[in-house]
Amino acid sequence: MREAAAIAAARLAASLSRLTRMGGGTTLPGRIAAAISPGLVAGLSSRMARGVVLISGTNGKTTTARSLAGILESAGLAIVHNRAGANLLSGIATALAAHATLRGRMRGEVGLFEVDEATLPAAVEATRPRVVVLLNLFRDQLDRYGEIDLIAERWRRALAVLPSESTLVYNADDPMVADLCRDHTGPVQAFGLEEAPHGEDRTLEHAADARYCYRCGRPYVYTLVTLGHMGHYRCPGCGAARPAPQVRARRVSIHGADGASATIVADGTMIPVSTVLPGLYNVYDVTAAAAAALTLGIAPADVGRGIATTVPAFGRGERVDLGGREALMLLAKNPAGFNEVLRTVLLAEASPVVLIAINDLIADGRDISWLWDVDFEVLRDRARAVVVTGLRAEDMALRLKYAGFGAEQVSVEHTGETALDRARGLLRDGECLYILPTYTAMLHLREILARRGAVRGFWKE
Amino acid sequence: MELRICHLYPDLLNLYGDRGNITTLVMRARWRGFSVRVIEARLDDPVDPDASDLFFIGGGEDRQQRLAAPDLCGVKGSALREAAAAGAAILAVCGGYQLLGHYYRPAGGPDLVGLGLLDLHTVHPGPGSRRIIGNIVVREAGAGRILVGFENHGGRTYLGSGARPIGTAIVGSGNNGQDRGEGAVWRSVYGTYLHGPLLPKNPWLADELTAAALRRRYGSTAGEVALEPLPDLEEHRAAAAAAVRAGARGLSWPEARGQRPEHPS
Repeated sequence: MREAAAIAAARLAASLSRLTRMGGGTTLPGRIAAAISPGLVAGLSSRMARGVVLISGTNGKTTTARSLAGILESAGLAIVHNRAGANLLSGIATALAAHATLRGRMRGEVGLFEVDEATLPAAVEATRPRVVVLLNLFRDQLDRYGEIDLIAERWRRALAVLPSESTLVYNADDPMVADLCRDHTGPVQAFGLEEAPHGEDRTLEHAADARYCYRCGRPYVYTLVTLGHMGHYRCPGCGAARPAPQVRARRVSIHGADGASATIVADGTMIPVSTVLPGLYNVYDVTAAAAAALTLGIAPADVGRGIATTVPAFGRGERVDLGGREALMLLAKNPAGFNEVLRTVLLAEASPVVLIAINDLIADGRDISWLWDVDFEVLRDRARAVVVTGLRAEDMALRLKYAGFGAEQVSVEHTGETALDRARGLLRDGECLYILPTYTAMLHLREILARRGAVRGFWKE
Repeated sequence: MELRICHLYPDLLNLYGDRGNITTLVMRARWRGFSVRVIEARLDDPVDPDASDLFFIGGGEDRQQRLAAPDLCGVKGSALREAAAAGAAILAVCGGYQLLGHYYRPAGGPDLVGLGLLDLHTVHPGPGSRRIIGNIVVREAGAGRILVGFENHGGRTYLGSGARPIGTAIVGSGNNGQDRGEGAVWRSVYGTYLHGPLLPKNPWLADELTAAALRRRYGSTAGEVALEPLPDLEEHRAAAAAAVRAGARGLSWPEARGQRPEHPS
């Protein structure tokens, strides 16, 4: 009874929220439903025939969930998914309630939820997931999380309450994640990259987080660096090393901003995959999605097909029409992600025009110190022009000054509208604008573009 | 003239874009035509007290501090004390600041013994206590110059009589959230909770550290170390915008007129 009332209330709230254009109705309905029936998420989760998959990590939650959704849909499964990225318990409750009948029957076989890093223990307890995917841990929003080690501690707690038959899918290349998962006694499926794209010789970035062994404090020795602090590492002191992953990406190739390809090897099966998602971080995301899908017993052919048909989530490699010109929106919200986005831009264009939008609202992290951990210096001799905007546009302009950019290269625009117009005006025939925004700056720019008819509302995705 | 910088624990205590401080010191020295040398001293690397005139220590979490503390006191301690006594400049932020005091008592585990270069100690009031997180604006004690930045610390720092605060927090908490004092100074040794890239938006402090370092190397003859003023337009604009975001009103910076419209969301 309580549950039916909760589901009905959530549905009503969702409709109202959209009718009144208050927003996407992605969290409020779940909050209302959970207030009426506190056990709603647990009850509905337990009725998903093929179980629940939770995906967490600093970077790549949305894209990994989306890729896995593509795979599961290819395999003909009906999924319940917090697709708009509302990744707290309220967002999960909203998605579940939207797919439940008033009698509490679920229309959908698999629950697929991306989960905020700090929410993981509560989400594990509430959903008792069949699969948990741990992507990576990078410094991000330290003003909200306090310390990155505190997140690791929360994940440790989440793993401790994971049902013993659940499978833990984790990134072997991230020393911090691997260290958390090393002692897990239940079933595990680790994934990792076997090589850098095109045999590229990468070195640890200045901002690499986990350089020192979590067991004994000695600096790790790397034979391969892929992204941030991820790669093939070994501690010369205690010998703690990258676990050999069960699911491995080989022959990794990045095609500028147009996508990437790789061969995923698991259990002697080779799955050639290609994706329109650009950048090496997305290779990690599709490898993680493949590892989770294989755990769920999905056929390799469906894995390949699902990845090929996955299109970018809003703002994450999304192509936008800018009044006859093209723009590529690449969400960039922390140093590791931003450095990879810069690499992607430079692979795609010889002398790009770039729009950088930096906000410091709660969802971005109020502390913008991290801008100084991004290697903007790589852009200096290549960028034809950089337009900066956002609540912290001045901080961004200052960062570029100290990266050695000339004053004539950089312009500050105080509104999203004028920034887009100015950047568009700088484009020459055939050129694409690269928009690199933080999270709320991305939402704000998309709102402007939606008003201009260039994109759809994020909840309609 | 050459500015000789030593960056301590660049890959261990580097939590919040701390490298931005080194970048700022280096670029400003180059713009003034000085040559610059940056030595990086990691765990186990000894420090030569005569080789560098400006030392920088960044921030870290408890785990990194625990790795750094014995090395700071053991391997590098006497050299840093010697350099500081001879007038070298030291800037330590956040976790590094705590380690310049007598000790840091974390929320769990034994005390970390610090270098004792600044007369202060730090106590974490326990895992359940409120972390001090947010924008901070500080008015310098003497000349009233402004520092803007961000603080994020669990520990509360209490100064002894041998150190004075850099200034007073007019927005934010500072050392301990009680006496409004922020940071600590002794000679040319500065510690502060304004973490990460503190110097880019506060170029006057960068220049003060640079001047102290050059004085130590090239003597106190004023003409030799007078720093050319730089056109700090972007610096002042960023500082002014940060002060507005922090909620501080009525502050002004040279040439930083023209307020930004507020964001609609």
